[in-house]
Amino acid sequence: MTAITLNIIVQGILTGLVYGLMALGLSVIFGVMRVVNFAHGEFTVVAMYAAFLLFDMLGVSPLVSLLPIAAAFFFLGYVLQRTLVEPFVSRAEHEQFILLVGLATVVVNGLLLIFGPDARPINLPYSFDSYTVGSLFIDKVRVFAALGAFAICIALFLFFRYTRTGTAIRACADNLTGAGVVGLNVKQLYAVTFGLGFACIGAAGTLMATIADASPGLAPAYTLLAFVIVIIGGLGSMAGALVGGVLIGISEALAGFYIQPSMKSMFSFALLILVLVLRPQGLMGRRL
Amino acid sequence: MRDIWQRLPTRGKTFCLAALAAAIAAPLVADRYLLSVLILVFYFAYLGQAWNLLMGFAGQLSLGHALYLGLGAYTATALWTLFGIGPWIGVFIAIPVAAAAGMIVGWLGWRFAIEGVYFALLTIAFAEFTRIGFDHLQITGASAGLFLSVNSPGSDKWWNLGGGPLLYYYLALILAAAATLLVAWLRRSPLGYRWLAVREDPEAAQAAGIDIFRAKMIAMLISASMTAVGGVFYGFYYRNLFPSQVFDIGRSIEIIMAPIIGGLGTVFGPIVGAILLTPLGESLTALMQHFGINTPGAKSIFYGLTLMVIITLQPSGVWPWLARKLGLDRPRA
Amino acid sequence: MTALLTIDGISKRFRGLAAVSRVSFEVQQGDIFAVIGPNGAGKTTLFNMIAGALPPDEGSITFAGQQIQGLRSDQIARLGVGRTFQLVRPFPALTVEDNVIIGALMQTKTVHDAEKIARDTLARLDLFDKRAQIASSLTLPDRKRLEVARALATGPKLLLLDEVMAGLRPTETDRIVATLRDLNRGGLTILLIEHVMRAVTALASRILVLHHGAAIAEGNPEQVLRDPAVVESYLGAESL
Ligand SMILES: Nc1ncnc2c1ncn2[C@@H]1O[C@H](COP(=O)(O)OP(=O)(O)OP(=O)(O)O)[C@@H](O)[C@H]1O
Ligand SMILES: [Mg+2]
Repeated sequence: MTAITLNIIVQGILTGLVYGLMALGLSVIFGVMRVVNFAHGEFTVVAMYAAFLLFDMLGVSPLVSLLPIAAAFFFLGYVLQRTLVEPFVSRAEHEQFILLVGLATVVVNGLLLIFGPDARPINLPYSFDSYTVGSLFIDKVRVFAALGAFAICIALFLFFRYTRTGTAIRACADNLTGAGVVGLNVKQLYAVTFGLGFACIGAAGTLMATIADASPGLAPAYTLLAFVIVIIGGLGSMAGALVGGVLIGISEALAGFYIQPSMKSMFSFALLILVLVLRPQGLMGRRL
Repeated sequence: MRDIWQRLPTRGKTFCLAALAAAIAAPLVADRYLLSVLILVFYFAYLGQAWNLLMGFAGQLSLGHALYLGLGAYTATALWTLFGIGPWIGVFIAIPVAAAAGMIVGWLGWRFAIEGVYFALLTIAFAEFTRIGFDHLQITGASAGLFLSVNSPGSDKWWNLGGGPLLYYYLALILAAAATLLVAWLRRSPLGYRWLAVREDPEAAQAAGIDIFRAKMIAMLISASMTAVGGVFYGFYYRNLFPSQVFDIGRSIEIIMAPIIGGLGTVFGPIVGAILLTPLGESLTALMQHFGINTPGAKSIFYGLTLMVIITLQPSGVWPWLARKLGLDRPRA
Repeated sequence: MTALLTIDGISKRFRGLAAVSRVSFEVQQGDIFAVIGPNGAGKTTLFNMIAGALPPDEGSITFAGQQIQGLRSDQIARLGVGRTFQLVRPFPALTVEDNVIIGALMQTKTVHDAEKIARDTLARLDLFDKRAQIASSLTLPDRKRLEVARALATGPKLLLLDEVMAGLRPTETDRIVATLRDLNRGGLTILLIEHVMRAVTALASRILVLHHGAAIAEGNPEQVLRDPAVVESYLGAESL
């Protein structure tokens, strides 16, 4: 493998970890509630704008605003679930879809109204620095973003494995009636789950803002990207989201360099079609 | 056919005839702008019928109907601009092209038991895949678009769809009316019953001897073919095509709005939905222009909110409710 | 007499659990054959294999002289096997009549004829007056009857009934028993799973007893119901 290819793959892995965090939010929500958040990319872009504004107006670095934005998004998700989504949990798939597509349309066009179509970059002092390891040149921002994404994923894994709430949410996902019978407050847990999914969005969007310029046009593409990733990794599988994210990150980076940047998502979709046909439950998913 | 007519309640018959007569006579009083709005109403009613067949009757959620629309549009317009083949012949090539794409999507999805959300995502994936493909397809102008020139020989002839708004008005009206008749007839046919069974409970449908794969494939075949015809209309009406517009997921969502708002799985739902939505959107645009607001997003926000409100309050759509109010629903025998 | 249905050594395992193991029996043309056994004995699993909803792990199923294991359930239905579901599955948003028309469309090509068949069938099962109701609004006993009507409307040679009398009042049970006997006289072969012994003894000419997936007894009702193993594993437990 040439040094260039290796460079590209490493960049792809780093970007892919951020993608993975974003997709993790989708996967957690679906895994527990069986609701597909069709407004995922739209809210990711909202988080990107939040990071941009905090940086632009107050000079707060995204690495600092990461946790506050994630917390705010947790709250946003919690409230959205409680008010808007809750009545739809037991409704037909297409009804959930329409609700969330409606929401996505409102959000993305709201962004367009407020910020206009132009891209908003965050120019950090180290935006163009890179680390040199042997023949590798790795963007500093990308390393930070990937580390941040990875750390948050680990934190979420630990939460689901070791805390009471996390265990209770997993119980809801496995057996809803059982969870209700043993006295878990399912509605409350669903709202927390939605909140956690949104916290992933908030964090991923903030990190994404350091490696891509915020613009409303990104939103539908990110929604699709998140779908592609979780289906490749396995809807509902947390590890799958990360693996899928990294795979798509690499595939995008390679296709973008060797073929054409504008054709990179074609390969992601081809990969998706391949996975759906050969292994519909995804690489790491259980058969539903 | 006669059966469908007889099944309508008397008031419904009057209503249908009156509406049809009004539609036929409309160009006598309507100005150019109103005519263009009505063209859109019929166009969306027509596409809504096509999509509703697959989703409302056979229960298969496609979020990628822009694929068939785009393939239909591109096939017919490319045949015209590249080889001088007119749309009346082109449409018979556009249909099999889109139908073949539908068969591929359906076969891949349903053969491998990809259902519900997964199937919906598969349809999006195919539409997006094709969009990017066309963005790079030089022969159809890639992302710079494909244009129908107005001064190539014969392009002003009605048989090449070169007429004014009146031609397109009646064309759209005929398409919408024919699609509605077709759907009404299919609904009462053995095939229609099979679709409903598949939608309601695939396993029980199978136990009643229905080959569910076959039933879904036929639904897809008809739906994709009808959508392709809508695409040919789109291509010649707008006379320019961009992959980023015609294959876009926004286009797919636009197609499904009318039947959802009007009432999924009903014959008149797509029409009612189109009648409600299109003028609302248009008057909103006019209103904003009047007040000097020129923001493209506002109309979409309105659409988004409408979707959310309707699906929360009236998930089965406006038509079933309206039909009850007007006493137009079939008396339950 | 010829065997309409021959089951030869079929088994089904779910992960570790042997739901049905090496069960063999024959159902003669024109018989009413009952399968009984305690909860979880594997009765429904056996039905699902016959109807093609589940592929058997081993063994063969012959229906009307043709091997049917491995066929899809719609193919088996079209060969003449009608079935009901223990957990009823009517088409919820459709009317009672439309539910049955869908079944009837298996024997005829026109909706007009299917309507006629559906109405006859509904009348037979006391559902005619409710034909315009939406299926999901029916009571459970009515939904069970609707299951039977839909299966019957397909015009089967063999009808599989999975606990259609559970939850019915005794008078309702007697009505269904009479209807089934009537149908049987008309030449329909019936294979039924039933817990209601009153119905089993009234209808069945042969009984198979399943226990933990295995056939522990088979024969005519008098023999089987006196069999000590059956009394111990099933009837004893029921009478507690
Ligand atoms: N799809 C399945 N996956 C896993 N286990 C199953 C499945 N279906 C049935 N079983 C198990 O197989 C065994 C037999 O089930 P089955 O439904 O055939 O019993 P049954 O005799 O019909 O009982 P009942 O009288 O309660 O209806 C049970 O232990 C059941 O839990
Ligand atoms: Mg059972």
